Amino acid sequence: MTENRMGARQVELEVLRYNPETDQEPKFQRYSVPCINEWCVLDALNYLKDNLDPTLAYRWSCHMQVCGSCGMMINGEPKLACKAMLRDYPGTIRIEPLAHFPIERDLVSVADDFIAKLKRVKPYIISDGKHTIEQGEYKQTPAQLKRYRQFAMCINCMLCYAACPEYGLQPKFIGPAAISLAHRYNLDSRDVGRDERQEEIATNEGVWECTFVGACSDVCPKHVDPAAALQQVKVASTVDWYLEHFMSWVKK
Amino acid sequence: MGEKMSRRPYVREVPPTSWYFRMPRYMRYMAREVTSIFIGIYTALLLCGLANLSAGPEKWDSFIKSLQAPSSVIFHWLALAFALYNSFTWFNVAPKALPLQFGEELAPDSVVAGGHYVIWVLLSIFILFWAGVF
Ligand code: SF4
Ligand code: FES
Repeated sequence: MTENRMGARQVELEVLRYNPETDQEPKFQRYSVPCINEWCVLDALNYLKDNLDPTLAYRWSCHMQVCGSCGMMINGEPKLACKAMLRDYPGTIRIEPLAHFPIERDLVSVADDFIAKLKRVKPYIISDGKHTIEQGEYKQTPAQLKRYRQFAMCINCMLCYAACPEYGLQPKFIGPAAISLAHRYNLDSRDVGRDERQEEIATNEGVWECTFVGACSDVCPKHVDPAAALQQVKVASTVDWYLEHFMSWVKK
Repeated sequence: MGEKMSRRPYVREVPPTSWYFRMPRYMRYMAREVTSIFIGIYTALLLCGLANLSAGPEKWDSFIKSLQAPSSVIFHWLALAFALYNSFTWFNVAPKALPLQFGEELAPDSVVAGGHYVIWVLLSIFILFWAGVF
């Protein structure tokens, strides 16, 4: 690392490259990139692509931690490249595509599995149909909003999946973000779709695959705390089971 | 344009028996899980004690004697330490599973975790008192 005035710095990057048309397996390629210390890792990649190697493939869009497309492994941790600041990485920076997902090309991972799981949990409001447009907007109190707000902050960046060892070992696991979103809608006062979502998430591929490692919550850039959502779904599903088997006379 | 792109996604396998060495947080998780084994062994020991108790005073006496062997004492200290570690780790994450909302505010995690510690201490005192320790 060399550093001079203006916070300029030569950053050594080790980037995992994979070209499906020519490579049998991915391998690291080293680059030395002139950077400003206030840059984020995404800035370094953009400089690299614009000036040194236009063949590098990676995803990004917003550069401000809202689109969720720049997730990658940075020194072994799932991070948003636009949130990982160079000043926090004094040495060589090792960049790989998100763990647990197949590699499409270079730093681009295959997100199809996650998208399919998102669809399965119906992450939208399922209303009872009684509320008509003429009645105006649905009103929600601040307390009702507070119940689910945290779980609504998800940007679908998949960092939690890259952190979750259960997902790595058992790719059928519906996983942290999708179940958190299901929970978010279940907690919404305007929604009546819980039974439909339980079919998907209160299952062995759903919450019961989770052993509460808690890594998802550690890495989530939006403080969604998916581990909390999953444990809450477990508690609620267990209560359901007892009500159904021992207290069927109790109206849910 | 029109040129065919070949998709050949590369899958990186997760090593099924050594994945937890990759990150310290995975090791902490394994520590929590492994310490529960000692709680399991201790529970089995309690059941053995019950069986000996029902088998008559002689059996019971020899069971109590065997518990005083140095290896058994070491096991008990280990099991106690691991049980405490296991309990603390679970108490500390309990707020995730049991959020308490009062009006617009969620109770701070310390309230839910603290409640677990308080109930645990009270129950322990009660059981020790009931067992005639005081
Ligand atoms: S829960 Fe967090 S880490 Fe997971 S996809 Fe949503 S924002 Fe990303
Ligand atoms: S580029 Fe949008 S989240 Fe990083």
